[in-house]
Amino acid sequence: MSDLDSNQNRRSFLKYLLSTSIVGFFASVLYPIVSYLNPPKQNEVEVSTVLAGKISDFEKDSGKIIRFGNKPVLVIRTEKDEFKALSAVCTHLDCTVQYKKEMGLIWCACHNGKYDLTGKNVSGPPPRPLEVYQINKQGENIFVSKKA
Amino acid sequence: MKKIIKNFYDYLDERLHLEDLVHFMGKKYVPVHSHSLWYYFGGVSLFFFIVQVITGILLLFYYKAGPDLAFESIQYIMSKVQFGWLIRSVHGWAANLFILSAVIHMFSVYFEKAYRKPRELTWISGMLMLFLGMGFGFSGYLLPWNELSFFATKVGSDIAGAVPIIGEPMKILMRGGPDVTGATLSRLFGFHVALFPGIFTVVLGIHLLLIQRQGISEPMHFEQLDKKEKKTMPFFPNFLLRDLLLWLVMLNVLAILAVFFPAELGHKADAFGSAPEGIKPEWYFLFMFQSLKYLPAHILFIEGEVLGILLFGAAFALWLIVPFWDRKTARGEQNKLITYIGIFVIIFIIVLTILGWVA
Repeated sequence: MSDLDSNQNRRSFLKYLLSTSIVGFFASVLYPIVSYLNPPKQNEVEVSTVLAGKISDFEKDSGKIIRFGNKPVLVIRTEKDEFKALSAVCTHLDCTVQYKKEMGLIWCACHNGKYDLTGKNVSGPPPRPLEVYQINKQGENIFVSKKA
Repeated sequence: MKKIIKNFYDYLDERLHLEDLVHFMGKKYVPVHSHSLWYYFGGVSLFFFIVQVITGILLLFYYKAGPDLAFESIQYIMSKVQFGWLIRSVHGWAANLFILSAVIHMFSVYFEKAYRKPRELTWISGMLMLFLGMGFGFSGYLLPWNELSFFATKVGSDIAGAVPIIGEPMKILMRGGPDVTGATLSRLFGFHVALFPGIFTVVLGIHLLLIQRQGISEPMHFEQLDKKEKKTMPFFPNFLLRDLLLWLVMLNVLAILAVFFPAELGHKADAFGSAPEGIKPEWYFLFMFQSLKYLPAHILFIEGEVLGILLFGAAFALWLIVPFWDRKTARGEQNKLITYIGIFVIIFIIVLTILGWVA
C-alpha cells in the first residue's frame, strides 16, 4: 500500500469517526431536552365511586357538574325525577357540556353539539356518545360510580 | 452640540467604518409604481412587533403565571397599576393588528408573485414568522386564565391532537399533560415569552438580511421596463421617513383602539364548569373554527374534524411552498391560476370569518 493510499484510508476513517461523533453529540444533547419536555406521568387517583350530593342538592329538571377524580361528570335530575350521570367531556373537542333545560338535551356550547339524555350524540359534530356512569341512591345520598 | 455629535460619529466611524454603511444606504432604491403602497405593510408589521416586545416586557413586571395567580394578577394590572389597562390593551390590540398587517403583507407578496426566484427564502421566512405570530396569539390567549381562553385552548390543543400519529404527543407536549391545567399555563407562558420571541428574532433577522441583500422586489411588469423608465425613490431618507410617518399614524390608531375598546377580562377559568356560550377563538383562527363546525361527524370512514384538519394542513403546506410549484412565474410568465387561487382563499377566509363572527 502506498503512502497516499494509507493517508486516504486514515483520512476517511477519521471523517467517519468525526461525523458519527457529531451525530452522537447532538443525540446526547437533544435526548435529555426532549425527555425533559415530555411531562412525567401522574398517577391518577383511581376513583370508582364518589358522593355527588344529597337529593335535595339537585333541582328538578337541572344538571350539575361534579368532580369524578380528575374528570368532570354531569349529574342530571330529569323532569320525571330520574337521576342520570354522564361524562361531561364532549367527544368532539374536549369542551365541558351542560344540561340545556329548554331543549331537554345535553349541549356543548363550543360547537353546538347535542346529546340526548342517554348520552347518544344526536346532532352537531360530536362523533361518539358520552360515557354513562351509574347512579346509586342510598337514603338521601346520590353516589356516582363507573360502570363495570 | 453639533460638534459633540460629529466627534461621536467620527469616533464610531474610525472603529466601525460607518462610511461604508452610509454609502450602501445611499444606493438603496425603492421602486415607485401603482402598487407601491403594499411595500409599507412589512414595515408596519415590524412596528407592531416592536410594540409587542415593549408592552410584553412591561406586562411581565406584574404578571404572575399560575392558575391561582394569573387571573388575579391581570385584574391587578387592569385596576391598580397606573396605566396598566392601557399597556394590556395596547398589547392585545397590537397583537391583532400585527397579524392583520402581516396577513396583508403576505397576500400582497403573493399577488405580486414577489416570492419568485430569487426570493423563495424570503417568502419561507416570512411565512414562518406569520405561523409564529399565530403561535404567539394562541399561547398568549390562555395567559389571563379566563373562561373563554381556557376552553379555546382546550379546543385548539384538541384539534392539534386529532392529527394522525404525531397529534397525541404534540398535544401532551403543548398541554404539559393530558388535560389543560396549570401545567399548560406554565408551558404556554414559556413559549410566549421565551421560546417564540427567540425563534422569531432569529427568523426576522434572516428575513431583513435577505431583503437588504436582494433589494426590494419589483413587480413583473415593472421589471421588464427599460432602466430609464423605472421610477424609483431613495430608501434613505425618502422611504424611511414615509415609513416612520406611517408608524406614527399606527401608534395613534393603536392608542385610539386601546382607549375606546380596552381589553376585557371576563370570568376566571373553572376546570369543572361548563363551557360558556359564545366560545370563539381569536378572529384569525375563526375561519378554520367555523369550517370545522360545518363538517359532519363522519365523512366516509374518517372523522369529520380529522379530515378538516388534514385538508387545512395540506393547504397551508402548499401555500408555504408556492415558490417551488409555481413554475410558470419562475419562468417569467404570467400565472393567472395563482391569482385565482389567491382570490378564492381570500373570499373563503372572509366569508367564513363573518359567519363565525355572527354565529
